[in-house]
Amino acid sequence: MRRETILNTLLYLAMPVAAALALALDEPFLITLITRAAIFALAAVGLNLALGLGGLVSLGHAAFFGIGGYAMGILAHHAQTYTPVIDSWIVLEGTKSMPVIWLVAIVSSALAALAIGALSLRTSGVYFIMITLAFGQMFYYFAISWPAYGGEDGLSIYVRNDFPGLNTLDPMQFFALVFAILSAVLWWMGRLARAPFGLALSAARQNAERVETVGLGPFRLRLVAFVISGAVTGLAGALFADLNRFVSPTMFSWQMSGEFIVFIVLGGVGRLFGPVAGAMLFVLLEHLLSPVSDFWLIYVGAILLLVVLFARGGLIGSLAGREVAHG
Amino acid sequence: MTPILLIEQVLNGLQSGITLFLMAAGLTLIFGVMGLINLAHGSLYMVGAFAAAAVAGWTGSFVLALGAALAAAAAAGMIIEMVVIRRLYDRDHLDQVLATFALILIFSEGTRWVFGSFPLYLDVPAALSGPVTLPGGILYPSYRLLIIVIGLLIALGLFQLIARTRIGIQIRAGESDREMIAALGVDISRLYTIVFALGAALAGLAGALVGAIQSVQVGMGEPVLILAFVVIVIGGIGSIKGALVGALLVGLTDTLGGVLLPLLFGLFMDPSSATTIGSALASMSIYILMALVLLFRPTGLYGGA
Repeated sequence: MRRETILNTLLYLAMPVAAALALALDEPFLITLITRAAIFALAAVGLNLALGLGGLVSLGHAAFFGIGGYAMGILAHHAQTYTPVIDSWIVLEGTKSMPVIWLVAIVSSALAALAIGALSLRTSGVYFIMITLAFGQMFYYFAISWPAYGGEDGLSIYVRNDFPGLNTLDPMQFFALVFAILSAVLWWMGRLARAPFGLALSAARQNAERVETVGLGPFRLRLVAFVISGAVTGLAGALFADLNRFVSPTMFSWQMSGEFIVFIVLGGVGRLFGPVAGAMLFVLLEHLLSPVSDFWLIYVGAILLLVVLFARGGLIGSLAGREVAHG
Repeated sequence: MTPILLIEQVLNGLQSGITLFLMAAGLTLIFGVMGLINLAHGSLYMVGAFAAAAVAGWTGSFVLALGAALAAAAAAGMIIEMVVIRRLYDRDHLDQVLATFALILIFSEGTRWVFGSFPLYLDVPAALSGPVTLPGGILYPSYRLLIIVIGLLIALGLFQLIARTRIGIQIRAGESDREMIAALGVDISRLYTIVFALGAALAGLAGALVGAIQSVQVGMGEPVLILAFVVIVIGGIGSIKGALVGALLVGLTDTLGGVLLPLLFGLFMDPSSATTIGSALASMSIYILMALVLLFRPTGLYGGA
């Protein structure tokens, strides 16, 4: 086995093992912490398809995270207040059912990604970074200035939404649900990267002209990747909102987008488990450093700077060697 | 809405556009010459504002405060250029985004550490706190008018600097071919440090000028940074002229949108929902403007040369 495969297996098993340990020690807070890491990992796995494989540095993925969050918030808010979402010629009720919420989150964030992608992908490089950042910010300000769903204060949901057959308020059961989704998405992303679509997308990153010469359209490849990427991050947003039972415009904030990129780069760009490693490392750092100092982010900043300047390839790159080229 | 109120709002739009220009000019120069995307530019804006607030607190002099803002931001810019930024010129944009994101964390938390989490206040100097009467009997705050004048003077100076001076020639040459000007004996790393410090000083000045109208607090730079990105996307990367036109467009759209859109919707809606929808749309207006520019000119109004 390659070293990276061993490392991936260890990383993959770390979360359920840690959660089981936390359960044995009766530390439900730790389980919630691990669930948080898993959800962040899922969001970054989504971004990694666009960023790692497609080379599209999107600094606006918080838009999709927030849309997923608000999909949950709006549907559950209407369900808990017994008011319909839309009440005109068509009546649409709110819901507390997770699968329905997930579907709405995936579809709406995919649509947003389609619109943002179609505009932003007309450009490339540094323009693309700035434009995705700006569109993300547009959603942030919209969420703040739209008072129907709490505006700046956000929306609280009293009880976590339902999943058939599970008690989602039990931390371990909710973690299992999140972990199952993360596993399924990881499996799918692994297949996608080796499928013709993934290979073509990767080729378009390395040399767009050649891909065009063999008759594939880089724009379409990138747009599809961006839409899938946005949809996965949107799903993570719905789960994150359910974890906190709260949504607010901070889910749309550009710092959120920045953190997703941080997860990917801390773990290793373009590697399947890079975002998982990065998100785990980040949540661990947050947990260990925040009691030490109120200004713990300064240490995160310093670590990040050192990783970018000196440890290229991230955590997985340093431990498993540079088997996968990034560029 | 009376014409006087409208003119007042146009002036407000110009004022916010001009401050945006001070940010965007530095960003676009740094990108044009060094090919670097600098997220930490907003931190330099914050450094300027804090330096001004601190010096104004000690000395009571607004002029000294502005000088301190320029000096502190330029010094901070020079230090981060020499320690961090110059290692990033040959890296891809992802590494640049990450490293400058890390710098934001360090600057923001460091400032919180030194100055605390509460906002500081920088007072408008007494001589400028009153209104001036403009032709037509319009009363307008003299401080805001001063910002417009300073900004326009700096824009003019910057155009002269780029077009006429030796360093300006080197900057333009650096934009088109950096290997060549290095081969011709220009100390390229000194040039990069100067350009970066110049951009930083402009950002610091903008922070100090705006700090006297709004409060001086951690995180004040990032919203302005993102607006400056919108400006650059609209104007075209690397173009100072584009930055000026883009900044004024964004400043005017943002200010006038916030005033006019609720009124516009009020024509055919009840007032409360008109205010809601109008202000929500107004918050999106500059991004819609950006999207429109992108549809017709993907490299911006003055870009792609």
